[in-house]
Amino acid sequence: MLFLAKENRLTPSALLEDKAGVELQRISDIASIPDYPVDSHYPYVKELQLFLSGRQLLLEEIPFALAIIHEHVLHGYVRYLPGIVFHDNKYQCQRCGNDEQRLFGSFACARCQKQCSYCRKCLMMGRVSQCTPLLTWSGPEPAFRFPNALAWEGTLSIAQKEAAEKIREAVESNGDLLVWAVCGAGKTEMLFYGMQAALTLGKRVAIATPRTDVVLELTPRMRQVFPTVPIASLFGGSEERHLFAPIVITTTHQLLRFKEAFDVMIIDEVDAFPFTADRMLQNAAAKARKQGGTEVFLTATPSIEWQRECAQRKRNHYILPARFHRHELPIPKFVWCGNWKKSLKKGRIPKKLLQWVLQRLKTGKQSFVFFPHIQLMEQSLPLFQQYHPDIQAVHSEDPNRKEKVQQMRNGKIPLLLTTTILERGVTIPNLDVAVLGAEDDTFTESALVQIAGRVGRSQNDPTGDVSFFHYGKTNAMIRARAQLLRMNKEARKRGLVD
Amino acid sequence: MQLFIKEYCLYCDGEIAPQIDWGSFFLGPEKKLLCESCKNRFERINGATCRICCRPMEQIAEQFQHDDLCNDCLRWESNRKWKHVLNQNSSLFVYNDFMAEVIARFKYRGDYLLVQYIAEQIKPLIVKHSFDYLVPIPLSKERLYERGFNQAEAIGKAAGFHTTNLLTRVHTEKQSKKTRAERMDLEQIFRIASQSPAIDGKYILLIDDIYTTGSTLRHAAYVLKAAGAARVQSVTVARG
Repeated sequence: MLFLAKENRLTPSALLEDKAGVELQRISDIASIPDYPVDSHYPYVKELQLFLSGRQLLLEEIPFALAIIHEHVLHGYVRYLPGIVFHDNKYQCQRCGNDEQRLFGSFACARCQKQCSYCRKCLMMGRVSQCTPLLTWSGPEPAFRFPNALAWEGTLSIAQKEAAEKIREAVESNGDLLVWAVCGAGKTEMLFYGMQAALTLGKRVAIATPRTDVVLELTPRMRQVFPTVPIASLFGGSEERHLFAPIVITTTHQLLRFKEAFDVMIIDEVDAFPFTADRMLQNAAAKARKQGGTEVFLTATPSIEWQRECAQRKRNHYILPARFHRHELPIPKFVWCGNWKKSLKKGRIPKKLLQWVLQRLKTGKQSFVFFPHIQLMEQSLPLFQQYHPDIQAVHSEDPNRKEKVQQMRNGKIPLLLTTTILERGVTIPNLDVAVLGAEDDTFTESALVQIAGRVGRSQNDPTGDVSFFHYGKTNAMIRARAQLLRMNKEARKRGLVD
Repeated sequence: MQLFIKEYCLYCDGEIAPQIDWGSFFLGPEKKLLCESCKNRFERINGATCRICCRPMEQIAEQFQHDDLCNDCLRWESNRKWKHVLNQNSSLFVYNDFMAEVIARFKYRGDYLLVQYIAEQIKPLIVKHSFDYLVPIPLSKERLYERGFNQAEAIGKAAGFHTTNLLTRVHTEKQSKKTRAERMDLEQIFRIASQSPAIDGKYILLIDDIYTTGSTLRHAAYVLKAAGAARVQSVTVARG
């Protein structure tokens, strides 16, 4: 879309009656975009307000006619922003924050008739190029209040209660908080009171997580405990983009479509791939939160930097060292198994791992064996299947991933070989886990803590075996074990385990 | 001279491992567009294919092969209107899941830069043909605005050829939403462009991203033949 910029007024070319002889410009090339004051007497369209408030969208994403949108611009209720800016010889994408120059391309654009640069980083959400305006709502926000909306009858453990109280304080005081809670602590329940406080105050809440699975799991749970509050569930391909909701449960990716929308931003599994690896998603989370809003991070495995900041008390945090069922965390055993790659290549499962596997097949206890690489795992699958035909393998690109996990839950699969894809999120009662090649770089401290966290999750079977089969111990292995021991010690000290 | 410039894969943005041999040592590293693992996901069309449409014979059940023709082309060729309209099509890659992903990202998402690899690959195939005009399959005005560029024209130009817009397209719904019968029956969707140079007696090479049923290319060829073209061939990146 092009604009006529004249006398401090922008007009989209599509709305010009006479285009002959006028000089049209791209939004990125317009030196100063006029700032219209909000006209408080203007009868703005409520539906547009609900749709666009806190968002930052492409014209194609907004189901209103351009003429109506432009009317709102002229009355100060909507703003046009350039999608790409060129500054100091560098392009920057205003939607995702990308400024890595190799992730920009340019083409002879049929829309603006110029060589037009576009962002390749957030391309999957619709192309943003130099002639693409982004639209935001600049009028009053929709007001809501849902006092005491929590309809939950459950109870919190002592530790959960403490964490919940901290979260509520952070929400009410606009503070930041890291909740470091072990796998199986019961994180979701701890959020309820803080969220209730936010809704009572009319604050908008986002729960963002890197993984779609978590969005899908969390949504029905939240709808159940906040039955009167509209909740939007956003992930690639979801249908609820048009809903204004006081609670938004979303993948971190979808946050790119928001701008200064949330008073409370809760980020779950802050360390999970790809959030830590990807600066774009961190930008998205920062951009989607209102200035001065609350930020709550939830994780079982903070990065080394964050652990250090906690130890030095530089970061407001709360550590929850025990599981809801008041049993200690299982501690991994280190088992040296020699050159396991060589054994596999010769068609042999390393002897110690084989003993471990056979014992579990005999007693019928289900287990995971984690592999560092897909290829090695797939080559090894037939070796394992000699001992039981129902053994399966799963990895991130496996189209039957969900079915296999479900079969595991139904007890149809005795042992599942897996890559780190199942390191988090999956809860199967009464499970043992082994890691083959625990020394591999794939198995970071947090990956190993998460893997150990799969074991002993249920009240009925709170213990289990975690074995790291290795060909040389690594720092990551040692740190992971030390972290779990420290948590157990802390839990005993605070009387959180029996 | 810098021996190790970090290179990133155009498709997955992973780092490309530098390959060091005597050639790169003396001449400097050759610029690579894709990493090995992405490159290996393209499946080149090799071996016997249908003489007209380039469909690999191994994909066709035996009862649907008729000497060197596939069943579809036999049907086209036994229809009076369509006989000898499209002389021959050549395609580069099999339309596998990865190819579908690449085309979706290039054409629908509009990641223009992928043209670099596609053009590099298709160039030798274009060179093999002799033609007077390389003609991209046109988009309708509406579709062109939506996408920002014409993928077929982009490929031809990026491969270093001059392209000529002999055709224009009347706006219709997306092809991919139609059944084969509907496509065969389409009323004419192309017209000769108003300022087109002489076509009579010329050799034409059409270019498009994908050959699916062959209906689009045959409709384009039909209009060109009616305007006097002596031969119409086509090249496409993928054979669906």
